[in-house]
Amino acid sequence: MKLKASQAAVRPELGFASRVKKDWRRYHSVYIMAVPVILFYIIFCYVPMYGALIAFQNYSPGAGMMNSEWVGMKHFVDFVTTPDFFVLLRNTVMLSILSLIFGFPAPIIFALMLNELRQRSYKRVIQTVSYMPHFISLVVICGLIKTFVSRTGFITVLFCKLTGSQPIDLLTNESFYYPIYILSNIWQGMGWDAIIYLAALSAVDMSLYEAAKIDGAGKWQQLLNVTLPAIIPTIIIMFIMRMGTLLSIGHEKTLLLYNPLIYDRADIISTYIYRMAFESQQWSYTTAIGLFNSVVNFILVIIVNKICDKVSGTSLW
Amino acid sequence: MSNRVKRSLGERVFEVFNILFMAAVALIMIYPLLYVIFASLSEADKLLAHSGILFKPIGFSTDAYVMMSKNHMILRGYMNTIFLVLVGTTVNIVLTAMGAYFLSTKGPMFKKAVTIIIIITMYFSGGMIPTYFTVIGLGMENSYLSLILPSAVNTFNLIVMKTAFSSIPDSMRESAYIDGAGEVTILFRIVLPLAKATLAVLILYYAVGHWNSWFNAVLYINDREKYPLQLVLREILVQSDTSSMSVGTVGSDQYAISETIKYAVTVAATLPILFIYPFLQKYFEKGVMIGAVKG
Repeated sequence: MKLKASQAAVRPELGFASRVKKDWRRYHSVYIMAVPVILFYIIFCYVPMYGALIAFQNYSPGAGMMNSEWVGMKHFVDFVTTPDFFVLLRNTVMLSILSLIFGFPAPIIFALMLNELRQRSYKRVIQTVSYMPHFISLVVICGLIKTFVSRTGFITVLFCKLTGSQPIDLLTNESFYYPIYILSNIWQGMGWDAIIYLAALSAVDMSLYEAAKIDGAGKWQQLLNVTLPAIIPTIIIMFIMRMGTLLSIGHEKTLLLYNPLIYDRADIISTYIYRMAFESQQWSYTTAIGLFNSVVNFILVIIVNKICDKVSGTSLW
Repeated sequence: MSNRVKRSLGERVFEVFNILFMAAVALIMIYPLLYVIFASLSEADKLLAHSGILFKPIGFSTDAYVMMSKNHMILRGYMNTIFLVLVGTTVNIVLTAMGAYFLSTKGPMFKKAVTIIIIITMYFSGGMIPTYFTVIGLGMENSYLSLILPSAVNTFNLIVMKTAFSSIPDSMRESAYIDGAGEVTILFRIVLPLAKATLAVLILYYAVGHWNSWFNAVLYINDREKYPLQLVLREILVQSDTSSMSVGTVGSDQYAISETIKYAVTVAATLPILFIYPFLQKYFEKGVMIGAVKG
């Protein structure tokens, strides 16, 4: 006891340098292991962050960052005042919100219904089948969508039989773009996204249901009073994480699906960045748009996190 | 079984409805894949004349698969992708394991600083263009390094692995250290074998990611000989350019066979992944849960 006390008294007197030295002596191999990882983050995350400063320049690759002229907020103003701005923002926000409204509840409902199945092996089969699409590559998915909704594709044929309309390539008509995008997203992601809810559901204490039954609760009341409260924290966490990507819906799927005929509905901020950068070489302008996008995203996460914290007491931080 | 409890009519109606509804969902999930398989085995000219649902192949022909297996671009793409999956996933796993080992070690005084450096990147990034210039600036254009290094560590996966490592009792690592084992030995002989489930899931995530990725290759790879499979697929499926495919056929014949080839390459590109996943399925739920505990 006495020894320990004296050690504790001595320890704070060690200087920073000797603390580092001691730390290095004990943990040097752990630090060496971390070096490649830290280098990765510096080179591929922090160097580009520094590189994003070209958003405030008229950057040309020939001149380099040092010799390019600084123009302040010019590119941000240009973006916000371009006639395309409204269309891009509308499409980006609409696709995200529609995905949220339809795509977010789908796996929850699916998980709840799957959870009600009492035939174990049947349940297993359904679940296995449901998350198969998750593993198919986006290139293949989009190739299939294009084929299936083409003039002779089976989805077009079914759709036209149901509505009695003339078969056309659905991807050339802009009014079909949002439904195609959202439904294919749900098709691909629902089963996979349900896994986390199913896990939360399987952790619910069965005795709670017994108690509810004894108190005379029907199935519906059990759902409202036992099942839902048990998975609400999971739902909220997933919701906040989802909100953080509200303005960053992937450019990959859109790039594979869209065509100039439907730009008015399909073009989103990230695909616009891609085209303006790699087709018109507007490097600074597009970097500025990207920066604008990630700042808005970050603010959204903070706001949503705050709201969820206030309303329900569950939050990311 | 205590399921003999009497259930109301409403409950039984719901149960029947639920069973049927779930069957319908499963059918919708799997039908597009069945369609692709049926179409790939159909006779090309008959398939072209047909429109709508398929319940079985129209006629039967494996021409599309034969054509495909003779195609240089597809074989090349396949080899390139397999190489990328093997090397890329190895780099991913080694770096992720080392990073996770550092983050799960109790004691290093600069751990907190490193953690902050990593977490910041989850919320901020330079964006597509500055990243592009960084990779080009490192001279990685047209090299597979550009497809492996910029995605070498996925922060989400890193956290998943760190969580798995942290759940291993400290005393095990401590006692091995006192017995004179180096940290590398502890990582490979003690920690990784104990985190086998998580390791399996992350290998799957990374490998599937490499198999399916295409966008970085669009940015960085110009040499067609180096195209990964997904870029070849993109030409055939999305840009509907099968000209490189049907050498030796002419006119309408060429057009017809290009239809079935599309489906055959889809099968060839998708089956390998669908084959491995049932074997790893039991690990999924566990892996997903670990990630969810702290995102």
